Amino acid sequence: MAASSSGYSRMFCKLRKYVNKSQSLYHTFVIRTIWTSGSKTQLQPKAHTKSLPRMVGVVGLEIHAQIQSTSKLFSGSHVRFLAPPNSLVSHFDASLPGTLPVLNRRCVEAAVLTGLALSCTINRKSLFDRKHYFYADMPAGYQITQQRVPIAVDGILVYSHFEGRRRNQVITRSVRIKQIQLEQDSGKSLHDDERSQTLIDLNRAGVGLMELVMEPEMCCGEEAAAAVRELQLILQALGTCQANMAEGQLRVDANVSVHRPGEPLGVRTEVKNINSVRHLAKAIDYEIQRQMEVLQSGGTVLNETRAFDSKSGNTIPMRDKEGLQDYRFMPEPNLPPLFVYESEASVPAGVDPAQVVVIDRLSAQLPELPSVKRTRLVETHGILQEHSFTLVNEDGLMDYFESVVQMTKIEPRKVIGWVIKELMGNLNSQSLKVSQSPISPCALAELINLVESNHISSSTAKQVFQEMWKAPEKKVGQIVKEQDLWMINDKDELQKICQRVVDSHPEEVQIIRRGNKKVLNKLMGEVQRETKGRTDPVQVRAILEKMVS
Amino acid sequence: MSASSAAFRPVAAMLGLSIREVSQALRDGRVSATELCRKCINQIQRTRYLNAFITITEETAMEQAQRAHNRLRTGKPLGPLDGIPFSVKDNFCTENIETTCASSMLKGYIPPFNATVVQKLLDQGAVLVGKTNLDEFAMGSGSTDGVFGPVRNPWSYTTLYREQSTEDPDSDWLISGGSSGGSAAAVASLSSFLALGSDTGGSTRNPGSLCGVVALKPTYGLLSRHGLIPLVNSMDVPGIMTRSVHDAATVLRIMQGRDERDSTTIQAPSTPPSLPEHFDIRDIRVGIPKEYHALGLSQDTLDQWSRVATMFEQAGAQVQEVSLPHTQHSIVCYHVLCCCEVASNMARFDGLEYGHRSTVDSSTDAMYATTRHEGFNNVVRRRILSGNYFLLKSNYDRYFVKAQQMRRLITEDFTNVFRSGIDVLLTPTTLSDAVRYSDFIQEDNRTRSAQEDIFTQPVNMAGLPAVTIPTALSCRGLPIGLQLIGQTLQDWKLLTVAHWMEQQLSFPVIHFHGDSDERELDRSVRERTHTIGS
Repeated sequence: MAASSSGYSRMFCKLRKYVNKSQSLYHTFVIRTIWTSGSKTQLQPKAHTKSLPRMVGVVGLEIHAQIQSTSKLFSGSHVRFLAPPNSLVSHFDASLPGTLPVLNRRCVEAAVLTGLALSCTINRKSLFDRKHYFYADMPAGYQITQQRVPIAVDGILVYSHFEGRRRNQVITRSVRIKQIQLEQDSGKSLHDDERSQTLIDLNRAGVGLMELVMEPEMCCGEEAAAAVRELQLILQALGTCQANMAEGQLRVDANVSVHRPGEPLGVRTEVKNINSVRHLAKAIDYEIQRQMEVLQSGGTVLNETRAFDSKSGNTIPMRDKEGLQDYRFMPEPNLPPLFVYESEASVPAGVDPAQVVVIDRLSAQLPELPSVKRTRLVETHGILQEHSFTLVNEDGLMDYFESVVQMTKIEPRKVIGWVIKELMGNLNSQSLKVSQSPISPCALAELINLVESNHISSSTAKQVFQEMWKAPEKKVGQIVKEQDLWMINDKDELQKICQRVVDSHPEEVQIIRRGNKKVLNKLMGEVQRETKGRTDPVQVRAILEKMVS
Repeated sequence: MSASSAAFRPVAAMLGLSIREVSQALRDGRVSATELCRKCINQIQRTRYLNAFITITEETAMEQAQRAHNRLRTGKPLGPLDGIPFSVKDNFCTENIETTCASSMLKGYIPPFNATVVQKLLDQGAVLVGKTNLDEFAMGSGSTDGVFGPVRNPWSYTTLYREQSTEDPDSDWLISGGSSGGSAAAVASLSSFLALGSDTGGSTRNPGSLCGVVALKPTYGLLSRHGLIPLVNSMDVPGIMTRSVHDAATVLRIMQGRDERDSTTIQAPSTPPSLPEHFDIRDIRVGIPKEYHALGLSQDTLDQWSRVATMFEQAGAQVQEVSLPHTQHSIVCYHVLCCCEVASNMARFDGLEYGHRSTVDSSTDAMYATTRHEGFNNVVRRRILSGNYFLLKSNYDRYFVKAQQMRRLITEDFTNVFRSGIDVLLTPTTLSDAVRYSDFIQEDNRTRSAQEDIFTQPVNMAGLPAVTIPTALSCRGLPIGLQLIGQTLQDWKLLTVAHWMEQQLSFPVIHFHGDSDERELDRSVRERTHTIGS
């Protein structure tokens, strides 16, 4: 690129060669880690010494959540995933000398909303700092972050996961959020190994991030994964982050160590390069196991950064920082302290309340959070707690469910089976979203109502459901009629069918008459088979019982 | 007297006017905007030996002047600056015009935008004639440490100075002061009616004083820094250099105010259209800080300081000694803070997005290192190194935090003095009149800055407005300036007092040495010094 050029946006900055490819490949933010307390629960290690308590894992998370906003944290550049390289770069983003940061209020509001949702204390005054290190995709040579006084502190994230043989036992835990800080994202380095050069895309440089620091209070991958899943739901409900890990909107680094309860925390490693919740659990559990094995074989755990390799399921050492990195933090002199006001009344005279961040205003905007939704679902509809998780986890499923409930007269917990088993089963097998379902809540309600009014049997209904899935244009009644699936409600006809079955199974009838009532089920099955399930089992049983008694 | 001398005199007569006077001449049609612009550019060419300019923007200047001319001719000038030629220190970004900071690092760098203050002047129809020389990245107090070579003080070439000098004009010449030496020289040598400087520790007032021009450092935050390539963000202020206090006030009024692109700017207090012509000085209390009786203060400067203090007193103002006890520690703290911000601000110059890039490409780190080594001079590199040292985790509390604490105490000193009823402080601007270049370079940049910024940088630490006013000529025939310091956001009151003071002083207009000498000098100096620059 020409020395005189300011046309950075038109092209990639080309950098010939680089020292350490793996180093650059896995580059993400290097983050401070905070360890303050031990874990609450214990993972079962494979081996342990008799006299000592078992070793347990200790997990803390550092999460970078990209703020959902139309423009960057300190510049007016747009934020868009997969835009052409260097097409979303302002003068400030490219660190042109003489440019200054201008704070985006929307990003501050997102952080405050997130802080409120996580029961944080919102600092009325927070500060920005510069964190220095040279990296090709960080043009200013420093990142603007909030090292001294972040926007929100002392929060809590309540999350649940399932235990028990059938994994239906809901265990609710919580992890403390140490702080939420606003900071800039970096650009991206793309390495062209063939030409031995690095290409830099600054589209992401300067996008607003919320860094959430969780205390090391989790003990295993499953807990961490559940916590992150809950956080994703909260962020999505708030609209402050899209929280898609695969697209990098949510980046989770795990600080992992092992120790024996009561003893000081062990040396930790930082595990990076995790791009899904599932991988997070695997990476953490692998790392805990690895550290235990290292210690048990007499080795020592190194304080290092490791990358998770999703193919092998292992973590591997990433880079050895040459010596200790000193970030030379300094207050950001171009940004005055960030003030957040309690209410419109507390905004000082001369300041336009519309131009500042007011907590009361944001509190009023808080949507129903996932935990509240789940409680409400359980309380209003009498469904199982575990089902409330499924309904809330799946985008749009809760609304779907509640629509069906509204349009049917049956108990909501009877609807849940349809929604979770039939609907989700079909959606998942075809990787569809709830919004893409070929069967509308209205159509499903119609089907359920036919069952409830004894017009079709519940086994037939499942068959009809599959037909509806294949032919969404057809009405439920049409399908039932075409396939001749209406329930046989004519008493005489039922009598005849049952009589035929009883007559053709004399042995079974004898056994039943001798007292083995179970065999009646076999006769019922025969009736079902003959009628292709178009009978009401309760009615059939009554008739058969009468005949064999 | 030769023909060219005859040509020079009427030019000087027009070029030596203040903005107010020449603006009137433009409106009256006594001179056209294009003629005026041409005269300034000729004057820049004629005084090339001063090395005041890095870039002369002749072509765009003439276009701007033509547009101004059209407006003036139809009686619709944009304001008091329409058609007024001005120059800008080369650390302010100018759209499509090379902006170098007098550093190899930014040679050939063409910004895609104008600094807010530059844009505001252009919006008023002012005509940008060139970018002025400075110390590299404004780090210095002599304008001697830039990649384009030192700036010469125009007063080195006055009749008065040349007649007492026994040496060759090419060896015996004076520094302009710095780091905005080019801007001060441009105004002093009648090449511009207005020049923008930047003032971090005195960089506008110091050369203003040594070159005999009015130099204003406004309250921090009153003028936008957007587009000013930073030295110390928390102290940098665009500075205004003119030939009269009235002009400085006019320009301040146009440039001041909140800029959404600089979050540290503040709403300007309401200001009347112009400074009062008649003003009762008896309402004013002038403080004389005793700590400013510093070691090394020249007799000439001390005499002028006393004379002006007496002048205020005799006119009925209350003059009293005051104390700023922490001032003595200011320069040390200033240096710590300056180096820290320099280390941080210079981190962006890595050769990737813009500016110089080394051809060494064995690795990214090697490229960074050689790029920065090649791009920065020793002064910049030393400050970066010191700053990074001060910011190390283990040193942070001992240096940066301590310096910040001291900065607060220094600010409180000023606050206390002003709270006691003082309106302005009267101090020297520099220790003495301009030093010969050959003497100046006997000491390194660090030492010189510590000496030269002694009276100016406490004001930057506290963010206060200050102005230097040309007071008198020394026994060597060189300008001596005195500084007035005001309260935060009381820039207008400060200028009102400065205006009164200026009216009592009648500082002389520069008078260049005989023109045959001048022509010869021009040629000889140009041949010898301008091989470095563009």
